Amino acid sequence: MKLYCLSGHPTLPCNVLKFKSTTIMLDCGLDTTSVLNFLPLPLVHSPRLSKLPGWISKDGTVNLEKELKECAGRVFVDSQPEFCLPERELLDLSTIDVILISNYHCMMALPYITEHTGFTGTVYATEPTLQIGRLLMEELVNFMERVPKSQSATCWKNKEIQRLLPCPLKDAVEVWTWKRSYSMQEVNSALSKVQLVGYSQKVELFGAVQISPLSSGYSLGSSNWIIQSHHEKVSYVSGSSLLTTHPQPMDQSSLKNSDVLILTGLTQMPTANPDGMLGEFCNNLAMTIRAGGNVLVPCYSSGVIYDLLECLYQFIDSANLGTTPFYFISPVANSSLEFSQIFAEWLCHNKQSKVYLPEPPFPHAELIQTNKLKHYPSIHGDFSSEFRQPCVVFTGHPSLRFGDVVHFMELWGKSSINTIIFTEPDFSYLDALAPYQPLAMKCVYCPIDTRLNFHQVAKLLKEVQPLHVVCPEQYTQPPPSQSHRSDLMLELQPPPVPYRRCSVLNLPFRRRYERVYILPELANSLVPSEIKPGISVATVSAVLHSKDNKHTLQSVPKPPPVPPSKKRKRVMEEPPVVQAPKPLLSGAVPLEAFLATLQKHGITEVKVEETVDGHILHLQADDTLIQLEEDGTHIVCDNNEPLRTTLRDLVLRFLQKL
Amino acid sequence: MPEINVTPLGAGQDVGRSCILVSIGGKNIMLDCGMHMGYNDDRRFPDFSYITQNGRLTEFLDCVIISHFHLDHCGALPYMSEMVGYDGPIYMTHPTKAICPILLEDFRKITVDKKGETNFFTSQMIKDCMKKVVPLNLHQTVQVDDELEIKAYYAGHVLGAAMVHIKVGSESVVYTGDYNMTPDRHLGAAWIDKCRPDILISESTYATTIRDSKRCRERDFLKKVHESIERGGKVLIPVFALGRAQELCILLETFWERMNLKAPIYFSTGLTEKANHYYKLFITWTNQKIRKTFVQRNMFEFKHIKPFDRSYADNPGPMVVFATPGMLHAGQSLQIFKKWAGNEKNMVIMPGYCVQGTIGHKILNGQRKLEMEGRSTLDVKLQVEYMSFSAHADAKGIMQLIRMAEPRNMLLVHGEAVKMEFLKGKIEQEFSIDCYMPANGETATVTTNPSVPVDISLNLLKREMALGGPLPDPKKPRTMHGTLIMKENSLKLVSSEQALKDLGLNEHQLRFTCRVQLQDPHSDPDTLQRIYVHLKSVLKGYTIQHLPDGTVMVESIVIKVSSSTEDPNTKVLLLSWSYQDEDLGSFLSTLLKKGLPSGL
Repeated sequence: MKLYCLSGHPTLPCNVLKFKSTTIMLDCGLDTTSVLNFLPLPLVHSPRLSKLPGWISKDGTVNLEKELKECAGRVFVDSQPEFCLPERELLDLSTIDVILISNYHCMMALPYITEHTGFTGTVYATEPTLQIGRLLMEELVNFMERVPKSQSATCWKNKEIQRLLPCPLKDAVEVWTWKRSYSMQEVNSALSKVQLVGYSQKVELFGAVQISPLSSGYSLGSSNWIIQSHHEKVSYVSGSSLLTTHPQPMDQSSLKNSDVLILTGLTQMPTANPDGMLGEFCNNLAMTIRAGGNVLVPCYSSGVIYDLLECLYQFIDSANLGTTPFYFISPVANSSLEFSQIFAEWLCHNKQSKVYLPEPPFPHAELIQTNKLKHYPSIHGDFSSEFRQPCVVFTGHPSLRFGDVVHFMELWGKSSINTIIFTEPDFSYLDALAPYQPLAMKCVYCPIDTRLNFHQVAKLLKEVQPLHVVCPEQYTQPPPSQSHRSDLMLELQPPPVPYRRCSVLNLPFRRRYERVYILPELANSLVPSEIKPGISVATVSAVLHSKDNKHTLQSVPKPPPVPPSKKRKRVMEEPPVVQAPKPLLSGAVPLEAFLATLQKHGITEVKVEETVDGHILHLQADDTLIQLEEDGTHIVCDNNEPLRTTLRDLVLRFLQKL
Repeated sequence: MPEINVTPLGAGQDVGRSCILVSIGGKNIMLDCGMHMGYNDDRRFPDFSYITQNGRLTEFLDCVIISHFHLDHCGALPYMSEMVGYDGPIYMTHPTKAICPILLEDFRKITVDKKGETNFFTSQMIKDCMKKVVPLNLHQTVQVDDELEIKAYYAGHVLGAAMVHIKVGSESVVYTGDYNMTPDRHLGAAWIDKCRPDILISESTYATTIRDSKRCRERDFLKKVHESIERGGKVLIPVFALGRAQELCILLETFWERMNLKAPIYFSTGLTEKANHYYKLFITWTNQKIRKTFVQRNMFEFKHIKPFDRSYADNPGPMVVFATPGMLHAGQSLQIFKKWAGNEKNMVIMPGYCVQGTIGHKILNGQRKLEMEGRSTLDVKLQVEYMSFSAHADAKGIMQLIRMAEPRNMLLVHGEAVKMEFLKGKIEQEFSIDCYMPANGETATVTTNPSVPVDISLNLLKREMALGGPLPDPKKPRTMHGTLIMKENSLKLVSSEQALKDLGLNEHQLRFTCRVQLQDPHSDPDTLQRIYVHLKSVLKGYTIQHLPDGTVMVESIVIKVSSSTEDPNTKVLLLSWSYQDEDLGSFLSTLLKKGLPSGL
């Protein structure tokens, strides 16, 4: 069993597992942190951005002023933002049989994998994952396509040139694999390959392997996966949460007894408590509004935003924010809010029971009904005429490089009464803000990451006891910025097997058994005999049939009756057809009991002689010797076939047959 | 031989109070727990005393599964769990769990508050009963216990309706509940994979019907409603609050929109709004088209359909009223019917099946004078139309499901005996499988013949597959040998050598040495050589070696030659073999005793 690791990002994984002749891709994460190296894409012309100076190396030898711009001491690529794709050269992607998606954040690279690579397999995901994943992709494509940028910068990627660039561009990895966003057509084609599955549904792959998604508690429809045969079990844990937010709680017990547990998607903010962050978020929001400022919340259009809105629903009245408008701006804002209300089966118990009343599970329905929350597809259109300040705006993209958020940064950035509150943990807020410096706006960093922290994961692993754990190398050492915090890493016995981008791991387990089915006819013909208390054995002779990776054992067909031979006299000379070979024997022949049996069969003249290893029985009448020893019996006789077979059968009575 | 027993307590050769007991692999499962609309006495509920005469059912049942929220499938549930007594798990889908208690409460109100019956379940009992419900998701494999697993499939029919696959070991049963094989305006079609159950228990409401295309029926329906409205008549459509009602509402709504009609459409009971709300929240259970467009336009927000008030029934002019319940056996639909029955301009359209004993059933059979309570009679003058809109599979649909699931046996419930008989014949003829149709209280027994799952050591399997080649020759099957070790519940098949090792046993060698006397006037080495040549010619396909140490080996059988001390021409052959070569050893000793052929 092998694991190919195509992504180095621990929370946006992409691994390929080869197991029992199936090739299974686990998640398809798209590393979007690469876009931080690009200039923001403004929705309306920004004089500030367009006037940024081009970059020329200090000695003047390298001139990339068309491609690179300098802003507040940092260099940015002036081109359509690009993403860092999973590795595509490590193995032939057309050989992938299935792709398992664990949550909607981990599928954003799907079109790059399923389109133009010869992929012909099936993608498995839950319904919320598919629907919300589609929204997030649609949003991404929309953000990119509505501000088309013809320029595509490539010169800076030249190794010789990149070496000379200032940080962080100099250290950017795999820049040649960076790609622009896909098109909606590619998204639709990729998503048409998705087959929906429900939690705990068992799906057979080629009869060899069974896969099953389990609730992971992180987001709507998020799942961990069990990949197992009758005797081996691999658990894939990705983006799980034990906190009580809106999704169905994590199914932990089904992860028990794994041979290998692949662990990805732990929290990116191991030291930030989500509840504390939520409180800070509310306080800062209220403070800014009271002071007459606006609040900007860059966020994804699904996920934590549902919890933020729910938190605000309870907070608004107590904080006297009843008249403050809340805006949610995204091309998929409406869809995201609507979809969140129809997945009752995938929600936590509290929300589920609301649906039985029947009431919408999320309180944002009420916020919308009472006009406290308004949603718009973009800043253009209705929004521009209905927009009142001071207000709170939720909008994307959290990288601040594209989407409507860019507009609000330009609009509100210069005033210190406004506040930007970061809640998404995927991007460093300092890097995100870099192209907007100098900035007067207040910045608050309240990253909310509900995924497992090291303490929780240690407890979980102790509970489910996998034989081996495989994880990204980042989890096997403390984070670089907090190298003294040995509590921020995985410490296990045996130590976890670390992987990094492009690793190929041989997973340490041996398969020893396979399932085979004995057909009823054969099963009925077996004769078990008890060999030790509670243990029986039966010898089996059967014909093996293997089809679609399923094995069955049938009775040996009876040979067709031999046609009457003309050369009758020669019949005796036909060598015996090899029938079932004789079983192996075990046990010992007890002397006294054996003598008694001989006597019963009329063999009375027996002379017993003791030897070093046992006894020799001399059947004087027939000049036959029987040598009885602990682990062997030897019958020496003249060619007296009837006697020999009698003795043989008598000896066999005392032995066990295997 | 293991067997599966199926006993209907209700819905055996009948429609109503569905309740089917299945015992499979030592587990007992109750499928549905419904009431009968045609009775007001004890026969209303299934006869649970079949299970036990005294006391609670908990220890006799491993689980109860409810297929959908119609009362003939869940109406007896609180009676069973709270009054007879059952504390085990009750499984149903989320929509069923949401809607079922509302219909039960409705049923209770009509029975207790209106008809004044006592000794009926209470509101609290409905609540307590619902606490025992475990929600089921589609396609989720639910482990009821270590051995019993169930899985739900989409059944169409009504919101949240499910078919269930019940599996213990390698034996399995599928119960369809009520299902629909053609998608309609708001629901999708039933679907199941090729799960090859031992028994497929199917409803057979429309066992003998093959319905014309749905479009025709819809057009017919709209035409009749339209004509009646045109001539100023009132149209009553008795429905159940959830299910067909939404289907027909969507149909009328779009028709009114298209034709720009002004006559009012009303929907009785306060349940409408609530019902539509359920449809909105459970939109993932509706059909593809509605699901795809729900963000833009929710099909369950009706413009033309208004809530009904009792006083409207006497309003002049045309109108269409949807009123509950659907079989005209009680409640508002019956009240309106009594009001309107006298006028031949009016019309009642029965869009679904009516159980025997209900007014719906009587008027559909052409009865024109109805005996009402209090000895009064009612003359039925209004037009009576029947349109099969109930979303049950017809004969074609049932056959289609059999083709999908490929069951080994078929069992029909939820239908009339005569019709079942007909379908049974057709199924047995077309699929050559046995078809059962037990009556209530009668048990159908199917013996199963399950394969035995065993763990084979990979070494043995791989060796065998390597020897057998990728495509084994069907004419010369290879025989594989091994030892099956049975220990507690595990069955392991390993090579015999492995078995000895695993069990910590010593091997006991059984050997035979046989002296054969032979007349052969040659030197010892020559005799040996002659034996070698002789065996070579007789034993084709065996490994025969003439070794330099003066022995001949046939496979692992050793043959030595020495001369008799008395007569050099009398040779004594020593054949020595182990028990594993018994057949060959025995054959050789017999062969050599006959001497060597002179031609050598």
